[in-house]
Amino acid sequence: MDQMLEVPADLTALPTPDVSGEWKPFWDAAAAGRLLIQNCSVCGRRQFYPRAICTACGAEPEWLEASGRGSLYTFSIVRQNLVRPFKDMLPYVLAMVDLEEGVRMLTNIVGCDLEEVKIGMPLEVTFVRAGEALHLPYWRPAAQISDSRER
Amino acid sequence: MPNNRTPTIVGAALSDYPRAPHLSERQHHAQALTRALASAGLSIKDIDGYMAASMGAESAISLAEYFRIDHKVVGGVGIGGAIFEWMVQQASAQILAGQAETIAITYGSDLLTRSGRTLGTAGFYREGDTISTSVMFEAPYGSTIVGAYAMAARRHMHEFGTTPEQLAEIAVTCREHAALNPNAMYRKPITVDDVLGSRVVADPLHVLDCCVISDGGGAIILTTAERARDLPVKPVYVLAAEGTQTHWNISEMPDFTVAPSAYCGPRAFAKAGLKPSDVDTLQLYDSFTITVLLMLEGLGFCGRGEGGSFAASGALRLGGEFPLNTDGGGLSACHSGMRGMHILVEAVRQLRGEAGAAQVPDARIALACGSGGFLSGHAAVILGTELP
Repeated sequence: MDQMLEVPADLTALPTPDVSGEWKPFWDAAAAGRLLIQNCSVCGRRQFYPRAICTACGAEPEWLEASGRGSLYTFSIVRQNLVRPFKDMLPYVLAMVDLEEGVRMLTNIVGCDLEEVKIGMPLEVTFVRAGEALHLPYWRPAAQISDSRER
Repeated sequence: MPNNRTPTIVGAALSDYPRAPHLSERQHHAQALTRALASAGLSIKDIDGYMAASMGAESAISLAEYFRIDHKVVGGVGIGGAIFEWMVQQASAQILAGQAETIAITYGSDLLTRSGRTLGTAGFYREGDTISTSVMFEAPYGSTIVGAYAMAARRHMHEFGTTPEQLAEIAVTCREHAALNPNAMYRKPITVDDVLGSRVVADPLHVLDCCVISDGGGAIILTTAERARDLPVKPVYVLAAEGTQTHWNISEMPDFTVAPSAYCGPRAFAKAGLKPSDVDTLQLYDSFTITVLLMLEGLGFCGRGEGGSFAASGALRLGGEFPLNTDGGGLSACHSGMRGMHILVEAVRQLRGEAGAAQVPDARIALACGSGGFLSGHAAVILGTELP
């Protein structure tokens, strides 16, 4: 019984990040299809979510555009969530992605069958419009033919 | 070198559970405190320090006013269900420093009565919410509490070959002990197959891998060893109370197979001058089966990655080396949202020899370890019947 994991048809009902505050640069970039993390030019630490200080040395971090490639660190197939809109989206895959750059983020896996989801699988980011100024990063299996791995 | 100010638990009691529609949150606090005071032979006028936490709106300050406790110290910090172990740490330091003589810590929750549900599987955020905190990087993806712990369980299985059967053994053990507790929410014995055959809530966790939702509160009262000598109770000494928080949001957990108890556990044992093999009974916050497994590893009762085989070894059963959650735990007996209070009270009952059919013979050292948030903060309290 294959179950295809798709981006929900209507994302406007999702709980919505306030894109106007401290993390506006992240959401602005997301709306332009770019995934931002942070890099510390003093100590080299990469971090996500973004913060005003480097958690390793306290310096002010810089934005860094991530490659958008990563792998699946862990996941759960969520089969019960009592609140809207998620109760209408079941089952969905809650997942942690290890980015190439060494940071980790929480997401949903989309664009494959449920049975295909495996720890370690290569993933790539895809942005989906979820509101007026909101584009959300989701992750899907990395394209089979990709020159990126040879670089 | 016996210290006359060694923090000593002289009162410990629970309010009615698992179903208590006759009690509001505030009344849980009041009933538990009244019972704890009575068990200690103390009056509310003996209390000069107060700490409290609730699942709902009742704050420590408003409750102190309600009880008319004129306090020298007051506390209430937020680290989820482990809060009471952190409070024992604070209260112990304050008693040792002479900032207060007798501190009451209370908890109340009418979660079941208020929610009407015996399983807490809702996400925190829903349609219509706008989020300005760091949770915004999780909430749009439907992160749930069970889902968070399930991701930790999945990673542990991947790295160490831990099986759903091994996790289920923890639930089976707690249910065995719940059968001995007349107040436990669920007492009918279950098997590993029952757990694996129960509904999957967030794969790989089944409904029987998850704690129940109940009503319930509790109270403990700490004073000095010197004051305890004048009271008509068997004193229970705080040998160590150490906590560690490594993150709040699950996505910030540094390693999904290493719980914060891996840091505060060794500190607690070092402070108490004890090792895991000295412990007679374990009261571990079993929000989920995986919580217990990660704690067993973190606290040093087995090696890293060995939690699965250890859980299945029988060591955690009554009669085994480290009887676990002798009241039936949050998995079967009672979980009203912040079970850290209940594990402390059960540890005290064991050390006083008041645990009835679930009594661990000659229990002298008990360890209670709370867990808060999303494996975010753990705090270990080691209690003993003899002065350090």
